[in-house]
Amino acid sequence: MRMPRLRLKGGTSLWIGGTLVAVAIAVAVAAPLIARTDPVMDANLMNAEIPPGLEFPFGTDAQGRDIYSRIVYGARISLTVGIVSQILNSLIGVTLGLTAGYWGGWWDDVVTGLTNLMLAIPSLIFALAIMAILGPGLSSLLAALGLTAWSYSCRIARAQVLSLKSQGYIQAARILGYGDLRIMFTQVLPNILGPLIVIATLGMGGAILSEAALSFLGLGIRPPFPSWGSMLSEARDQITTAPWLSVFPGLAIFFTVLGLNLLGDGLRDILDPQSTTRRT
Amino acid sequence: MTAPLLRIEDLRIALRTESATYNAVENVSFEIGRGEAFGLVGESGCGKSITALSVMGLLRRPLALAGGKIVLDGEEIQDASPAEWRRLRGKRVAMIFQEPMTALNPLSPVGRQIAEMFVLHQGAGWSEAMDRAEDALRQVQVPSPERRIKDFPHQLSGGMRQRVMIAIALACGPELLIADEPTTALDVTVQAEIIDLMRELCAAKGTAILMISHDLGLVANMCRRVAVMYAGRIVEQQDADAIFASPRHPYTRGLINSLPRLGARARQGRQRLQEISGVVPSIAGYPAGCRFNPRCVAVTDICREVSPEATPLPADGLVRCHHHG
Amino acid sequence: MLLVLGRRLANVIPTLLAVVALVFLLFSVLPGSFISGMNEDGRGAIDPAVMERMRKEMGLDDPLPERFAKYVISIAQGDLGRSFRTREPVTRLIGVRVWPSLKLVFAAMSFAILVGVTLGFVAALRPGSLVDTISMVFAISGLSLSQFWFGLMLMYLFALQLQWLPSFGYGDGGIRHLILPAIALGVGPMALLARTTRAAVLDVLNADFVRTARSKGMSERRVVSWHVLRNALVLVVTIVGLQFGSLMGAAVVVEKLFAWPGVGSLLVDSVFQRDMPAVQGCILMIVLFFLAINTLVDIAYVAIDPRIRYRR
Repeated sequence: MRMPRLRLKGGTSLWIGGTLVAVAIAVAVAAPLIARTDPVMDANLMNAEIPPGLEFPFGTDAQGRDIYSRIVYGARISLTVGIVSQILNSLIGVTLGLTAGYWGGWWDDVVTGLTNLMLAIPSLIFALAIMAILGPGLSSLLAALGLTAWSYSCRIARAQVLSLKSQGYIQAARILGYGDLRIMFTQVLPNILGPLIVIATLGMGGAILSEAALSFLGLGIRPPFPSWGSMLSEARDQITTAPWLSVFPGLAIFFTVLGLNLLGDGLRDILDPQSTTRRT
Repeated sequence: MTAPLLRIEDLRIALRTESATYNAVENVSFEIGRGEAFGLVGESGCGKSITALSVMGLLRRPLALAGGKIVLDGEEIQDASPAEWRRLRGKRVAMIFQEPMTALNPLSPVGRQIAEMFVLHQGAGWSEAMDRAEDALRQVQVPSPERRIKDFPHQLSGGMRQRVMIAIALACGPELLIADEPTTALDVTVQAEIIDLMRELCAAKGTAILMISHDLGLVANMCRRVAVMYAGRIVEQQDADAIFASPRHPYTRGLINSLPRLGARARQGRQRLQEISGVVPSIAGYPAGCRFNPRCVAVTDICREVSPEATPLPADGLVRCHHHG
Repeated sequence: MLLVLGRRLANVIPTLLAVVALVFLLFSVLPGSFISGMNEDGRGAIDPAVMERMRKEMGLDDPLPERFAKYVISIAQGDLGRSFRTREPVTRLIGVRVWPSLKLVFAAMSFAILVGVTLGFVAALRPGSLVDTISMVFAISGLSLSQFWFGLMLMYLFALQLQWLPSFGYGDGGIRHLILPAIALGVGPMALLARTTRAAVLDVLNADFVRTARSKGMSERRVVSWHVLRNALVLVVTIVGLQFGSLMGAAVVVEKLFAWPGVGSLLVDSVFQRDMPAVQGCILMIVLFFLAINTLVDIAYVAIDPRIRYRR
């Protein structure tokens, strides 16, 4: 029976998620303005390990650096890693998926094989292996996280091309004299933009968690640079004497990733009602 | 005259959304006698299936019973408690659904799905229930039932699955069988077999049938009396023969004209199959006045303003049209 | 049944070969960059003599296909080379680590299944209720947690403050040392399982055959236990299998945090010690385990779902 249009669900998660993400982005962009001290240089042993209070809202670390300022700057690293790695993943995934679906044949077999290979290796292990080879640092992180999580967008792009192919759209466009590239960009891409945005949003959260994990292991961003993961790596040894060192970077990670996850969920309800991107 | 088996009186079913409440079904009344076959006909979306579901107490949100009476064997059941409904369902009123593909649990052997009925309603143990399930399969003429009870639904053809559904529905000898488009999903050749099987078994057990279909021909062939629903209301109700001989509502006439004809009437000359123009209105957009007016060939001004009352016809019939003459 | 199994196993082998090739490419063809890349960590460049020994040991001067063939053959024979650091065979090095890792991973997954599936079920049976809302807030929070941070907080609260449980280490291998790392590791898959179980159960509850079951006059409890449970399980099993991958990734970090003597912490230590044969061995081990789990899931699938058993 025909139902009247029901009101869109997922509004709440969209709003809460959007707000959290907007705050995180604002903090990252405005870091020099809202940070109280330089996150790396302003060490002062006179202020070492002061608990959170009026003077230092989140306390100070063993070198007397202001945790609040370090977290503010840490947002830049987390978001850079999240955004850049997801752009890389989307570009790789879409390019491989589109071409594989479009041209088919041996190239399709190669891409499908590659996708299966990516899925067979736990992604954090893969990223860890790349970090081991490239060494620590931001650019290695971007490579490690940006080259290893493209299988989802690849699958979606490929599936969309195949479905358009089976409906005859692509053949029709070819008869009209459209070139391959033009068909891919004008016919296929708009159809998968919604799911892609959802995947990238959820993927950003994953990348931020991976960055934190790698930095925590000492393979990502190395101290003294203020990544949330590397701060936790330093804080671990002082968990008995200065637990606040561990609490605040962890909360920063939590709320940023929570924001991205909620935003992704909310966007999925709008952009991808058939839920091709339901996470497994 | 004895009391009817089922009496529906002024039934109203509401569809509640977050923003508004609509009447998906209203002013629906009819009676079914013991052992009688009654047909409910209409296009998809007219409310016939949810009328049937309400008799089973199976309406789920956003749909809910909003008014009227459902009387089974002299007893009002519209406000029955969940436990009372459970004792009724399957045992006294059973239902067959349209999709034999999805109406059976894909992970459970069909024998077990029949046997559940005996366990639920007759306190049988599982091994006894399985034996009786085998008998039930034999009754619905499934070949080699002793092997078939172990089969899973995907191993059976559509017709076989619908036979299993019939076996489930009739397992506990219900007084009323509701069949919601039981043959629509099947091949034409299989359709006739299934209809015959239902008719035979119900006649033998004295089970009444509420047959729901979009196919007026099929319903008229099987049922003594027929009601035609349109946009949530019954627009015409007559004996099956009378409805073909003298349809009173333009919509019924439209339905009959859109049936392919064989035999005598076809010989009068090749006629084009006629269709009813337009579509069933959305539940949120029922037109004012007679709900059929935007599609009606005989529409006049009054049809657009005043909703027609039901006019009684002979033999418990009715028609809801300003120009029923 | 056996046929299905055989087919699944045949599918695993090419993937396994591809993984071996990838690991070979990453570590055996590019070890130069591996070595120089680690110079930044402040411990200075590697001794040229060590470098020379490594080159020799790995036969770096042989032609590529020959090296790959040798590599595959030695792996097939169960030889993962010798550790640069301890000179022990890598298989023995890993061997003693496998059991603790398995214990941790399975304990974490059991926790995740127990709590996650229960939460998902309860939530799905009362959609829109308070229980549902709380479970789902819980679930999305669990998905957003950094597992090692959660572990750190657990450690602080239950080990250091309340002193109920040991803070780290393997101890005598008993359950007390296992609890905190298992919960820290299991919270992610728990959250995801809660969400997917809820979605799966809601999906099944709307299925036609559930309406049929209700039309038979079954109580809701029986509808769930006779018809919903098994159907929802099919989906849950898939998710469990897939989750093992990310679980084993996260296990590396959690093992390191809790000083758990598993394959993951061996992997991290070996990376820092530039012990490439050990690094390769650990990665191969982890991937092999993940593939084995997925094959097991396929088998479980066949056992649960009769439709697959008969599909060509």
